[in-house]
Amino acid sequence: MRSYKARKFKNQLASLLAFGCVLLALIPLVSILIEVIVRGLPAIDWNFLTNRTMSSGNPESGIGNAIVGSVLLVGWACLIGLPLGILTGIYVSEYGNNWIGNSMRFFNDVLASFPSIVVGLFAYSLLVTVVGFSLISGAFALAIIMIPIVANTTEEALKMVPNSLREASLALGVPRWRTVIKVIISNGRAGLVTGALLSIARIAGETAPLLLTSFGNPFWSTGLFNPVAALPLTIFRNAMSPYADLQQQAWGAALVLIVMVLSLNVIVRLLTRSRFKNRTKAVNRKWLAKSRPSV
Amino acid sequence: MVGKIETKRLNAYFGDVHAIKDVDLSIPSNKITAIIGPSGCGKSTLIRCMNRMHEVVRGTRVTGKVIIDGRDIYAPGTDSVLVRRKVGMVFQKPNPFPTMNIYDNVVAGLRLNGERDWKILDATAERSLKLAALWDEVKDHLDASGVSISGGQQQRLCIARALAVEPEVLLLDEPCSALDPIATAKIEDLLFDLKRSYTLVIVTHNMQQAARIADYTAFMYLGELVEFGETTKIFENPEKELTEKYITGRFG
Repeated sequence: MRSYKARKFKNQLASLLAFGCVLLALIPLVSILIEVIVRGLPAIDWNFLTNRTMSSGNPESGIGNAIVGSVLLVGWACLIGLPLGILTGIYVSEYGNNWIGNSMRFFNDVLASFPSIVVGLFAYSLLVTVVGFSLISGAFALAIIMIPIVANTTEEALKMVPNSLREASLALGVPRWRTVIKVIISNGRAGLVTGALLSIARIAGETAPLLLTSFGNPFWSTGLFNPVAALPLTIFRNAMSPYADLQQQAWGAALVLIVMVLSLNVIVRLLTRSRFKNRTKAVNRKWLAKSRPSV
Repeated sequence: MVGKIETKRLNAYFGDVHAIKDVDLSIPSNKITAIIGPSGCGKSTLIRCMNRMHEVVRGTRVTGKVIIDGRDIYAPGTDSVLVRRKVGMVFQKPNPFPTMNIYDNVVAGLRLNGERDWKILDATAERSLKLAALWDEVKDHLDASGVSISGGQQQRLCIARALAVEPEVLLLDEPCSALDPIATAKIEDLLFDLKRSYTLVIVTHNMQQAARIADYTAFMYLGELVEFGETTKIFENPEKELTEKYITGRFG
């Protein structure tokens, strides 16, 4: 047997190494955050958040149209991607114990690992060639990126619902589809919301597919078939420009984007933390109210 | 005498595993029938065949007949959902719906099947909870979570939930195995009262329990029905040597 001291030393060495790696991994995260805040914060004021993008030298220039554009893009992408992703996840989890489910699981993983630029190309050849650079083709590309993420998180969330609840419901003579809707989804709801929010956080920062689809627009634009601005596009274009004031605006836009994505992540954390809290609905009817102790 | 439930050459499989072998059993109406036997002998599988819960698991198969009130529940065109409304089930581990309160749990079966009338729901909740001898303990906090009460109460809540859809048969799969002796005694008293209006089939590992509450007892071993008869006869004067060995604890 090795000596006690040697074992103790190895243990300390291992935990020290692991801790060191954590510090190393944190360096990029912290330095990115600091860099973006230091460089971006001076750019941000009310005008910057509410005005549209203008050319270099104009102090009135802002990213208001890009914020609106990003929200629109994400919103339309959710409208297309969330129902498809969630329903796919439900199918794979609840009905997918067969070759269809297995192959869907496989294709989902393939789709999830597709480079986003390829998805952009696909949307370009399918939609942009027909309707032109537009909000709808951007949202379509983002939705395709979203679907496999949402499908996977939905499947995972529903698999967490214990089998005993499925059996309890079926044994009451509840049909399968009602069991899925009323029992399984209601028990896995927190997981579904988490997956949806995470996928939103992911697509909000996508740039490459948008270059090929929504293109960007210096003006206010909300039309489905018009090119539309987006935060990642503004960051990309302004950062590439030779002008210092535009580069400054790129940092500001980056900070806004990071704050938006981070706050989504924080919401996810808060939601998942309260997953196991009781969500008892008060039954608000006469004899139930009567039966409660009156204070 | 024709039983409430008759199984005819019933076989059940999990993939290649032959779990139930040619079981012919006649379960009398308005009595408690206990199914005893060592672990893995197919007790649970047998009762899961009686409300078509066996087929919920992937790769399972059933052959033979289960005739309830003269109709084979495995006949082509029979809807498993309708079978389960007639034959309720209580599981080994209490499994109230955690996102629902006590009241919602009791009426879950009705409401999930589309019943919206509050008067009916209220009346059903009260009647079922009283039948399950739980009403007095929970009537003041029906809006508490279904999983906030004790394990014994949760199991009676599950019984109330099963009774709320007004089945004719209640299958109980080791309902007391997760409960302490006091909670077990309460459930046993309850089952004794329930047999007036229901046909009860209980799977149990506890032979004293079978002897205490069952009118009839079936002994299973390795998927086969070894012996079936009145409980007193099975326990005091069994015909088969295997039964006697199991009951007296001289096994293997």
